Amino acid sequence: MIGVGKMKQYSNVLDKPLNKGKQEVSLSAFAFLFSELVQYNQTQVDNIAELERRLEDAGYAVGARVLELLCHREKGNRKETRLLGILSFVHSTVWKVLFGKVADSLEKGTEHEDEYMISEKELLVNRFISIPKDMGTFNCGAFVAGIVRGVLDSAGFPAVVTAHFVPMEGQQRPRTTILIKFAEEVLRREARLGG
Amino acid sequence: MPAAAPRSGDAIFASVEHVNAELFTLTYGAIVRQLLTDLEEVDEVNKQLDQMGYNIGIRLIDEFLAKANVSRCVDFKETAETIAKVGFKMFLGVTASVTNWDADGTCCSIVLEDNPLVDFVELPDTCQGLYYCNVLSGVIRGALEMVSVHED
Repeated sequence: MIGVGKMKQYSNVLDKPLNKGKQEVSLSAFAFLFSELVQYNQTQVDNIAELERRLEDAGYAVGARVLELLCHREKGNRKETRLLGILSFVHSTVWKVLFGKVADSLEKGTEHEDEYMISEKELLVNRFISIPKDMGTFNCGAFVAGIVRGVLDSAGFPAVVTAHFVPMEGQQRPRTTILIKFAEEVLRREARLGG
Repeated sequence: MPAAAPRSGDAIFASVEHVNAELFTLTYGAIVRQLLTDLEEVDEVNKQLDQMGYNIGIRLIDEFLAKANVSRCVDFKETAETIAKVGFKMFLGVTASVTNWDADGTCCSIVLEDNPLVDFVELPDTCQGLYYCNVLSGVIRGALEMVSVHED
């Protein structure tokens, strides 16, 4: 029988030493796993909005844990309290750890005070995915949007995060933009702290 | 024309693109969590993980054969060794070892010392009996079936 036995457990997983985070797996292993995630969710839902929501929820769990891990390992347990601080943390540190590079750009929305955008020419999760025409505007970046939302929420900056395709001049594949809209309370707090 | 020499697992792993193992681990954790919420029964989740692994395996074998350049394995022993040394190294970046051969040479265990899937994972009491890494057995089953090794 091909089966999997139980592994030897440390008495408490929290006692295991935290590794340096340099371990890597092949990109195709991740791509296969991610495609299974999407395919499984497709069987569970009836429409695109549900599918995006489920991917986002999956990403949310990842994001919350990534924040804990990175705060502990990279920043010596110091947490960001300012808006720009947490945004640049996501844009640089989180992106670097998860995707091996900092995000392409971080912009402030021009129309609304509470909107910011992180853009990426080719999101890792979208690299091997092609969206059939009948799925309209569905974007697997919803998973990454979920990760960002998880990080922000766990850091105390609740926000609504979504992923969008933005067609670019002269480029075959559209850019992906993660749109972050912060909650009221975050802006109020920021105003209070900012003076 | 002589066949090219088989490449070692390390060499192939070095030549493919990498992604952070923690992203991989956390994504897998998210999948298992989703399954547990949806299916609730541990046995159902095990089956689903195996099925997902199978789907991955039947596609993964193509990439493996293309990159690894291994000649046809003569017997099951060689197959198991190849899976452990080349296959696991190439995709997960870890080397497994083959142990526990039975008398016939038809049954063995592949042991992973350092499994990226299970970093940071602790199974709660409600989930005892969950084969957390069942996806791996599905992958192996799918891959072997594609190269016509039928096994239980």
